[in-house]
Amino acid sequence: SGAPAAEWGGFEDNMQGGGSAVIDMENMDDTSGSSFEDMGEMHQRMKEEEEEEAEGEAGAGEEEDGEFLGMKGLRGQLGRQVADQMWQVGKRQASRAFSLYANIDILRPYFDVEPVQVRARLLESMIPVKMINFPQKIAGELYGPLMLVFTLVAILLHGMKTSDTIIREGTLMGTAIGTCFGYWLGVSSFMYFLAYLCNAQITMVQMLSLLGYGLFGHCITLLVTYNIHFHSLFYIFWLVVGGLSTLRMVAVLVSRTVGHTQRLILCGTLAALHMLFLLYLHFAYHKVVEGILDTLEGPNMPPFQRVARDIPVVSNAILNTTAKAIALTL
Amino acid sequence: FPGLADVSISQDIPVEGEITVPVGSNSPDEDYSTLDEPVKDTIMRDLKAVGKKFVHVMYPRKSSALLRDWDLWGPLVLCVALALMLQGGSADSKDDGGPQFAEVFVIIWFGAVVITLNSKLLGGTISFFQSLCVLGYCVMPLTVAMLVCRLVLLAGGGTMGAVRVPLLLLLHVFCVSTASTAFLADSQPPNRKALVVYPIFLFYFVISWMILTFTPQ
Repeated sequence: SGAPAAEWGGFEDNMQGGGSAVIDMENMDDTSGSSFEDMGEMHQRMKEEEEEEAEGEAGAGEEEDGEFLGMKGLRGQLGRQVADQMWQVGKRQASRAFSLYANIDILRPYFDVEPVQVRARLLESMIPVKMINFPQKIAGELYGPLMLVFTLVAILLHGMKTSDTIIREGTLMGTAIGTCFGYWLGVSSFMYFLAYLCNAQITMVQMLSLLGYGLFGHCITLLVTYNIHFHSLFYIFWLVVGGLSTLRMVAVLVSRTVGHTQRLILCGTLAALHMLFLLYLHFAYHKVVEGILDTLEGPNMPPFQRVARDIPVVSNAILNTTAKAIALTL
Repeated sequence: FPGLADVSISQDIPVEGEITVPVGSNSPDEDYSTLDEPVKDTIMRDLKAVGKKFVHVMYPRKSSALLRDWDLWGPLVLCVALALMLQGGSADSKDDGGPQFAEVFVIIWFGAVVITLNSKLLGGTISFFQSLCVLGYCVMPLTVAMLVCRLVLLAGGGTMGAVRVPLLLLLHVFCVSTASTAFLADSQPPNRKALVVYPIFLFYFVISWMILTFTPQ
């Protein structure tokens, strides 16, 4: 068995290549329409076949096989190789894009905090700094602000429910989340833009962090006044607690800006937005209207008919109630 | 060769087997071996896994069974059940102010994603889907409470107003503790546990709030 041994000698080369012990007949026909099937396995086998082809080109068995296959086998293999290449390129591109954009490690340094640090920063956010001629350090951290925004959402939900607020277009959850996140992100972006115009030394993350920690005062105020319905108490909290946190933010911003006009613009805007937001949260989402009139009117007056308020039109409600209050006192 | 005279295969024994030597590891064979089993076996195996996790939620222990073999069937069922029961039942006017199905669904899953991202960013070693699995399964006590409320309502027993608040507070604390136990079983750096537990607390507070404020139309 000399001649068969020479032919079968090709098989030994194949086996030493580490592949299959049998020539894979799958490669020999071009019947599969989509070459993209089983690309993962095929790629591995393609590599080995390429190696085997490179080794076995000198061998007689391979040449005979090649001639035997003719054009059909060649097209099949070419097609598969092209498809394989495309798969590889596509896979590489996709994984590169994924690792670039979906990498949460970009955010990791902003969450690198300890609980003591968070507590310290929370307390600090209520203490205005004295030294405004020297740029104050702002920690570019996002854990505290994010948790404070979520806490504000939770407090708002609690307040909306205890006051039976009826929302016309939308839902309570959606409104609460939209308001809080909208304020945090929107006002931060706006203040960052203003700071850019006024040449203040502050980055976006720092602005987000500063404003986020400023919401701590809001959380405390709302938590207390949603449960204890004294109107004057709200105003005291608004001035003291809200004022303290606003003063802190304003002082930090002032320390990072030069020029009187610029300082005035930045601080005025921030103070106004921050204090007005607290006012808005209290009046829009809380059953405070009845509180005013209960204290002002006597027992003979008919009870105020509470009407469902459309949230965007809340200023009208305030206007009406103030007008009524003034009319009653006159 | 006299020794080889006996080596012969009789005609009626078929020769069968595989000549190809598998190229890769044996794992493709293991995967395909479950394809041939009857559907009942597959379903029963998955159901048993889900049931085991439900039991684990009721009696929380510091074990890693919940974490290791995560699956999202249980959370999906619980979330859909809760969203169905909570649908549109929080206002007394036609203009609905109550949570809709999509809202509840989105809140639960978005909240779980945020907590997972937070725990990963704080240096946790738990994987994304494991964390989703734990948080989803720990919604179970709240879903059961909602079911009980609904059943009592259907039976004409009123809205259980006074009982609801302490019951839900209790369940909220229970959920938080279960989730934290499962979570914090060696998957967080030890000094940051409070930072990870707080968002879980808020998450279950919001879900409890949605159940608490449920008033049927």
